[in-house]
Amino acid sequence: MSKLYTFLKYFFITFWTVFVVAPFLWAVSTSFKDFQSVNSKVTYIPWLDFEPTLEGWRVLIKSPAKGGVDIVEPYFNSIFVTCTASLISIVLGTLAAYALSRFTFKAGFVRNNDITFFFISQRIMPPIVLSIPFFIFLSTIGLLDSLLGLVVVYIVLLMPIAVWIMVDFFNRVPKELDETALIDGCNPYQAFYKVVLPNSIPGLIVAGMFCIIFGWIDFFFAFILTFTEVQLLPVKVVALNSSITPWWSLSASALVSVAPLIIVAFIVERYLSKGNLSGALK
Amino acid sequence: MNLIGEKISYKPDEQFHLNDVSFNFKKGNLYTILGRTLSGKTTLLKTIAGLLNPDQGSISFEEKDFIKIPVWERNVAMVYQQFINYPHLNVYENITFPLEQRKLSPEQIKKDVDEALKTVGLVGFENRKIQELSGGQQQRVALARSLAKKAKILLLDEPLVNLDYKLREQLREEFKRIFSEGLSQDTILIYSTTDPQEVMELNGEVIVLDEGKVLQKGPAKEIFENPSNLKVAEISNDPPMNVLKGSKNSENLNFENISLEIPNHFKNLEDKDYNFGIRASEIKLDENGEEFEIELAEISGSETLLHLKRGNSKIIALIEEVMNFNIHEKVKINFNANKFYAFGEDEKLVSSPYGGTNG
Repeated sequence: MSKLYTFLKYFFITFWTVFVVAPFLWAVSTSFKDFQSVNSKVTYIPWLDFEPTLEGWRVLIKSPAKGGVDIVEPYFNSIFVTCTASLISIVLGTLAAYALSRFTFKAGFVRNNDITFFFISQRIMPPIVLSIPFFIFLSTIGLLDSLLGLVVVYIVLLMPIAVWIMVDFFNRVPKELDETALIDGCNPYQAFYKVVLPNSIPGLIVAGMFCIIFGWIDFFFAFILTFTEVQLLPVKVVALNSSITPWWSLSASALVSVAPLIIVAFIVERYLSKGNLSGALK
Repeated sequence: MNLIGEKISYKPDEQFHLNDVSFNFKKGNLYTILGRTLSGKTTLLKTIAGLLNPDQGSISFEEKDFIKIPVWERNVAMVYQQFINYPHLNVYENITFPLEQRKLSPEQIKKDVDEALKTVGLVGFENRKIQELSGGQQQRVALARSLAKKAKILLLDEPLVNLDYKLREQLREEFKRIFSEGLSQDTILIYSTTDPQEVMELNGEVIVLDEGKVLQKGPAKEIFENPSNLKVAEISNDPPMNVLKGSKNSENLNFENISLEIPNHFKNLEDKDYNFGIRASEIKLDENGEEFEIELAEISGSETLLHLKRGNSKIIALIEEVMNFNIHEKVKINFNANKFYAFGEDEKLVSSPYGGTNG
């Protein structure tokens, strides 16, 4: 029984690993191929099956004038927009979530849960519904095709995620913890940043990670709200596709696009397993 | 200089959480608030701490209006029934937290914390994480934090209720020692509990609270000996005091077709209907006694609790040994008539074996 279990366990782990890793390996290998090695026959192993070339990678940093696509600027644009929007969303979202979790709001028939749902409902709408309003809004305030405009739109998209995760997180932090901080001489602001916040790091990390992922991978709004001045990475990567699909540079750009998320995941993973709250509630 | 509350009411929803509560707590004394769950004990403590603002009434301390002072400036300490500590700090940092908040000198902090750690018996645990401690130890940390503050008002909200039986007994003993040694004459200690035994052991002034109302105030002994009405008699005994509806005539006490000789302290009682009260421990198994049917028998530690029934009356008897009974079995029991209480039909105390009446 236990042997069978061990076998099945490793079988599925292996299966899943292959399932996840194989496309990456395929992309890595493809990024070093040229037209000939991609189109003539199936090739796997560099030097043996095909002669590796850096052409796919070079295209990414060459300026368009020299036949390249230059994803360096969009890359940093994406990093800037994603990080700024995520940071602002986390700060505002955490404050909103704390208020929604701890204080009672009443406005007509509106209660805390309704406000929380209002935030989440922003994500329920299909993005296409928001595209025209956002377009008109940004063009009215003159932020179309600018980094600042994108940051504003991304905050609208990301803050609900932060609020949603953090409300749930704060609801599980016992209220008595804040009360003890108040009794121990903290005013409400000190109680928040000296006691509640240090104990919310796992929640903040999860929320931050989701914000970064959703911000980083957004194509739709980046595509609609920018033209020539500013471009974000996902748009640029898609733009690589021309009459001849350049699989090698597509693979290379896909790899560099995914890299930041993988790095973030590795850094964050150790904090997530800590389970910092278990001592507060027994 | 006392902590005085006058006519405090708090009604956040349909029900009163506190209903016209008044008190006068003197420095250097221990007060216990006894009441069942949801009787308003925690609400009262939170009101004193300043976490809740009463709808009506006033609280003053050292001649100042306490309600106008925010929580963080009140200099109170509170220990919750859940073990609340700061999970991101270690034991030592947990205890220094309120002291650093008050910006005391490092030497003073070190001295106070060491003293508090010694009092609660956690010397050597300074660098432990809170998560690594047992429930009892976590509660000790919370207590040490409260003691180190040297607050003028120390509130303990059912501090032992979430501990297992053994640990509770042990910590209760230690609490008595800590309260007698570790507290200055400047401190008002308020301790809330559901457990009558804790109240008796701590032996302070008692406030009996039910549905947000104060039912009786007085020394623990007085509450135990002369509960002012049936409710208090129920709350202040575990198991609750048994109530038997019956009557007295010139010769006997009568209930459920049982006649008992009139005890001395009932001699001057008017002949009429009463609610008789008798503690579970004053009922004994007796071959020549009255027959009751067993509804349930629970063994608790070295005692057996018998839930008995006869006619319309249900009572609980406490037998001080472990015995096995079958449900629906008939047993014969004897009442100690000298320990009978008489409550009037309005449920107020009429006569007690300890000489008290509802004057």
